[in-house]
Amino acid sequence: MNYQLLLPETFLFLWAILIFVVDFFRKEKKYNLAYLALLGLIITIILVVISQKGDLFGGMFHGDSFATFFNLIFLITGFLTILSSVEYTKKLSSYPGEYFGLILLSMVGMMFLASAGELLTLYVSLELTTIPLFVLAAYRKDDFKSSEAGLKYLILGGMSSALLLFGISLIFGLTGTTFLKEIKTVLIVKYLATGEIGPALILSFIFMIAGLGFKLALVPFHMWVPDVYEGAPTPITAFLSVASKAAGIAAFLRIFFRAFLIFQVDWVLLIAVLASLAMIIGNIIALLQTNIKRMLAYSSIAQIGYIMIGVVSASATGVSSVAFYTFVYMFANMGAFITAITFSNSTGSDEIKDYAGLSRRSPALAAMMAVFMLSLVGIPPLAGFMGKYYLFSSAIEQGYIWLVVVAILTSVISLYYYLGVVRQMYFQNSIDENPQAITVSPALRTALIISVIGVLLFGIFPHIFLNLANQAAMVFLY
Amino acid sequence: MLTGVSEAVYYILAAIIIGSGVMVVSMKNIFHSALFLVLCFFGVAGIYILLSAEFIAAVQVLIYVGAITILMIFAIMLTARLYSAQIKQSNEQVVPGLIIVSALLVITIFALSKTTWKLSSQAPETQTVAEIGKLLMTTYVLPFEIVSVVLLSALIGAIVIARRD
Repeated sequence: MNYQLLLPETFLFLWAILIFVVDFFRKEKKYNLAYLALLGLIITIILVVISQKGDLFGGMFHGDSFATFFNLIFLITGFLTILSSVEYTKKLSSYPGEYFGLILLSMVGMMFLASAGELLTLYVSLELTTIPLFVLAAYRKDDFKSSEAGLKYLILGGMSSALLLFGISLIFGLTGTTFLKEIKTVLIVKYLATGEIGPALILSFIFMIAGLGFKLALVPFHMWVPDVYEGAPTPITAFLSVASKAAGIAAFLRIFFRAFLIFQVDWVLLIAVLASLAMIIGNIIALLQTNIKRMLAYSSIAQIGYIMIGVVSASATGVSSVAFYTFVYMFANMGAFITAITFSNSTGSDEIKDYAGLSRRSPALAAMMAVFMLSLVGIPPLAGFMGKYYLFSSAIEQGYIWLVVVAILTSVISLYYYLGVVRQMYFQNSIDENPQAITVSPALRTALIISVIGVLLFGIFPHIFLNLANQAAMVFLY
Repeated sequence: MLTGVSEAVYYILAAIIIGSGVMVVSMKNIFHSALFLVLCFFGVAGIYILLSAEFIAAVQVLIYVGAITILMIFAIMLTARLYSAQIKQSNEQVVPGLIIVSALLVITIFALSKTTWKLSSQAPETQTVAEIGKLLMTTYVLPFEIVSVVLLSALIGAIVIARRD
């Protein structure tokens, strides 16, 4: 067997251990471990790009182009998260080293998740993804809201895992295997013999969709999102809203597209309803928010609704549009959060009304925030527009006109609150009489520039990554 | 399939598990809840024995009863406020919760009773320990290794959360 396929994951795991060890021997300036973590991530990105393709352990682990694509999303998100955490960990009174190590461990889980071809592996990878995140959400022990965030995330995370496991156990009972490929074969044979799929399979779909729905924050499984996103340290919130969701999407596509694509009539409509609920409720409640973190939390609920449109299409174009949109959503959403981190580092505020007059205080920061907001709405020529365009066209191809109508109408609603931030920055005067420019540290500046380049580059030249997304989608074509 | 005595034993164990589970979430004293949790875990171990998975049953007793709940009981007894406190375990959402859960129960029972399950034609293993060990080191070596990373991250996380600054 070709164990080299596991090289990126193994390397990242060992690098996390290295961080814990170096942290142990280092007495001061532990926040500099961030740069060690960043170095590890760059090497892992290179290892992922040059990695070989193939399967391991009889289809338990797929080193394919789909895994590569999602691994890149996780690694870039992690890179931006750690860059934007440097300032934050300077202020942290304890355990800055463990902070970076735990982020890396969570990413190891995500990478295994994107490669999993077997339900047991998928489940333990999901646990490896979320357990460090519970701790990271509660990292500020002096802050009541952070502890609340950690506890809420832990309890609802545990419950969603239980739902997912119950769904998986039903599948195992029906088929006698946990390998997705064999599950598909057994179910098809059974279907051809009896002519029906039986209520237990539908029940297991519902349980698995509910379990993964919690991780993805689909409506109606979203009630933990605003509190956790508000209470958690902002870099971790950014990480949760992008990497953790991307991991959930990867797991969802692996399970439902590898094993249950044949039975799509039985679950696609449910996803379509959940997606439209997420778009409607996420966007409408986001209108009412005054705190930027809560606003971005509801916006991320709405965004997952858009992403699920591609899943509803249940086609290769659908998967590639999901992968592409997740990729561009990463840059825009990370950028918005990094701007919020920069702003709050300097002013200590997360309130949208305090963004008033930002265009005069810090023109560059305000301009970048405007770009991220417009990309999240989907205004051309930014990346968000191309992403939404591919999502909507994949749905129209499959005849889901009503879903696209809902998506376009809710996009118009979202215009109001995304542009609300822009309006505050450009057309309102600062309450402060003599406002200071926002100080942007080199690390945060780098993170912002990477995000802006991502949003602009993939808006103007989408085909660079669209080809990779198409290749990733090919994985599900047999 | 279960027949005769083993079917009766199964229903007794199921009643113990569900009954003690309900007690865990309804007792006012958290210490009593923990004790009922022990009973619940013993019931689950009984189910494993019924399924000829003796090793899993032993592990269930050792880890869930021997380690986890005993640790919880220690934590409760060492925290003076918790030991004697009367905690209300329900809130105003108990009625809607009950309705939803009952509906889910009816649907689940309906779906499960209408289904033909895949039954293994093999005789139960007699040497379960050896067989589990072999599987963990061959077919399931990848999830086995990932679990060890999960444990590591949980350990580090617990230290970060629990240790005083």
